Amino acid sequence: MRVVAVDPITRIEGHLKVELTVEDGRIVRARSSGALFRGIEIILVGRHPLDAQRITTRICGVCPIAHSTAASFALDEALGISQDIPQNGRILRNLIYAANWLHNHILHFYHLSLPDYVSFRGLPLSEFLSSGVEEERFSSEENEKLVQHYLAALEVRRKAHELLALLGGKMPHDMAIVPGGVCFRPDPATLLAFRFRLAEIRGFLENIYVSDVLLLCRRYADYFEIGKVRRLLTFGAFPEGNFGLEGRLFPAGLVKDGEPEKFDPQQILEGVESSWYRGEKAHPWENSTQPDPQKVEGYSWVKAPRYKGEAYEVGPAARVALSLLWGPQDFRILARELLGEAGVGPEALSSVMGRHLSRAIEAVFLAKRMDGWLSQVDLDQPVAKAFHVPPEAEGQGLTDAPRGALGHWLRIKDGKIAHYQVISPTTWNASPRDERGKPGPIEEALEGTKVGDNALLVAGRIVRSFDPCMACAVQ
Amino acid sequence: MQVSTAVVWFQAAGCTGCSMSLLNADYPSIKNLLLDEIVPGKALALRFHLTLMGPTGQPALEVLRQIPLEEAGNYILVVEGAIPTGNQNFGKVGELSMAQHLLSLADRAQVVVALGTCAAFGGIPGASPNPTLAMGVQKFLQGQNKLVVNVPGCPPHPRWFVETLAHLLAGQVPRPQDFDELGRLKSVYSKLIHEGCPRRADFDVGRFARAFGEEGCLYELGCKGPYTWAHCPYHAWNGGVNWCIKAGHPCIGCAEPEFPDFPAPLFRKITEPAYRRTK
Repeated sequence: MRVVAVDPITRIEGHLKVELTVEDGRIVRARSSGALFRGIEIILVGRHPLDAQRITTRICGVCPIAHSTAASFALDEALGISQDIPQNGRILRNLIYAANWLHNHILHFYHLSLPDYVSFRGLPLSEFLSSGVEEERFSSEENEKLVQHYLAALEVRRKAHELLALLGGKMPHDMAIVPGGVCFRPDPATLLAFRFRLAEIRGFLENIYVSDVLLLCRRYADYFEIGKVRRLLTFGAFPEGNFGLEGRLFPAGLVKDGEPEKFDPQQILEGVESSWYRGEKAHPWENSTQPDPQKVEGYSWVKAPRYKGEAYEVGPAARVALSLLWGPQDFRILARELLGEAGVGPEALSSVMGRHLSRAIEAVFLAKRMDGWLSQVDLDQPVAKAFHVPPEAEGQGLTDAPRGALGHWLRIKDGKIAHYQVISPTTWNASPRDERGKPGPIEEALEGTKVGDNALLVAGRIVRSFDPCMACAVQ
Repeated sequence: MQVSTAVVWFQAAGCTGCSMSLLNADYPSIKNLLLDEIVPGKALALRFHLTLMGPTGQPALEVLRQIPLEEAGNYILVVEGAIPTGNQNFGKVGELSMAQHLLSLADRAQVVVALGTCAAFGGIPGASPNPTLAMGVQKFLQGQNKLVVNVPGCPPHPRWFVETLAHLLAGQVPRPQDFDELGRLKSVYSKLIHEGCPRRADFDVGRFARAFGEEGCLYELGCKGPYTWAHCPYHAWNGGVNWCIKAGHPCIGCAEPEFPDFPAPLFRKITEPAYRRTK
């Protein structure tokens, strides 16, 4: 038996450590540990409610729009205008947000994940980029092609940020999403520029990204059986009608052992048994953030959210699994087609390769949908609903982010923020053990995996397939 | 002959937004910055960056340990994020706290670039009530006699960083008179947003937006443009396609040391004396 501390885990957002106990070449125990605490939930209290729109965005520089979207939903609800957001406001928010998903999935596949599989030998940067992978599952032509696409994707990812900024103001840390809608009224030339930039990115996604992902899935088909979690949860994303949980492009719900179920936000409880905080297990409406950095039982800054007492994987696999059952017809057709090409069924989605494939499916689908949304923008109509900030109110903002289910819970008292709690996708996925000793999803995905002498490489592939974002997981 | 200067990019209490912003650099692009000469005969050699580097775990830490030994006095240390000082456990990389890492990395660096408002001034983690006692690099290294160049912004525009870097690479060690009183290169932060604002004409005639999405100057909505030193109006963001004020959002002063606390909320109209700073 030996204990391997993988610390730091690189090529993710932020500071994560994983401690593995390996016995007979198999991981028998895994502990995932968030290593940075900033206290943004504490910093928000006492501020003007609108400041949350810009400060929570800064929880994360990779997926800031996820937080500006969740914050705008929470503020809309608190200001009593959730159902009065103009069509333009809803559509422009969706377009800004979706552009962030495209950037995210390109970054994750090429720049964060691919070095786990390809060799950079011969490149000037090989020492910096090499993860030490020595298998030769790709032919040298395939390897060369993927390395070229790594470089090409640097440009495409930048263009996805430019696409976003066209409507979102700037990126990272977008500005245009505000309570009531958006503050930017684009002109026809901007919409045209958006359409053509989108087409360029779509071309890359459809012609290059998808085939690269499928190639990886074929060469690493054994990784459809590695890193599995059997419980999946999504809050849904991209309202196509009103702003509730219903009517979202990607529907909300859970899939447990293959069976779908409706999602009820009241069933979330967040505990701190193994986390460096004081406090009791509570719903985010009642929860608090009281750091206790010396807590002996603690091993992570990530809290442990549970749904009906169980840990759920959130993210692309959950969305694709649920959208295959409840999602739009054109989504189901595309997802079945790409699953078919990879030679697997929906049960393979929650796995290392399943997560990569899920991102490819939704990125291609989303880019096409964005083109449709763009046609619905009506420049003669308003982009935002005016509002007043009430002295007392509360609002909940739930949406999926590229990495999974994200919630903001805001309570206003005396015109100021009295309570702000955030549960991010990686809070779910990287959560530590709960009061019953049950592991979080990343821990669960690691435990039982055969790693031989390759613990660093195999564990890295498993952990990165979740696309962890630690700045989100611990605010 | 080409000379490569090693770069260690250390992430502390931040959000990776500064790194993402650097990836948005266009001319030179990130590919240019990684592979090509930036000024004649001089290139960069990125050695450590948590988000991009191949090695993970112990081998990654080993790089961090080796550089100060191998490249003593010759490498550029870029710090992203504030330094938590309230407890060693608030931020760790490997067994060491971020503060411990920074001390040893800065000690042998040729120059330290505090990239972003968090690294420069404390920023978001350093905002009131500052739960982790987070601070900017310059303050943290006070008394170490170390050259720290501040490149604030939340995030900073890639250009501000590249300009600063090119300046350093060109071998001109910045003189005290090259800096403003906040440790920024004057050439990079020489103008107020308000000076070059495309809505300045609206301000001058008193045409003000009163709600989001309205035409007019954004002053009444809390715009910090009159107090924020940054070149956003001149080059805009993300390849020049847009920026905050063009997008109808008041400037929130994200490159200023008072961000995000300020004397009043972000969307409250500012009163001049509370914000005035000489320059």
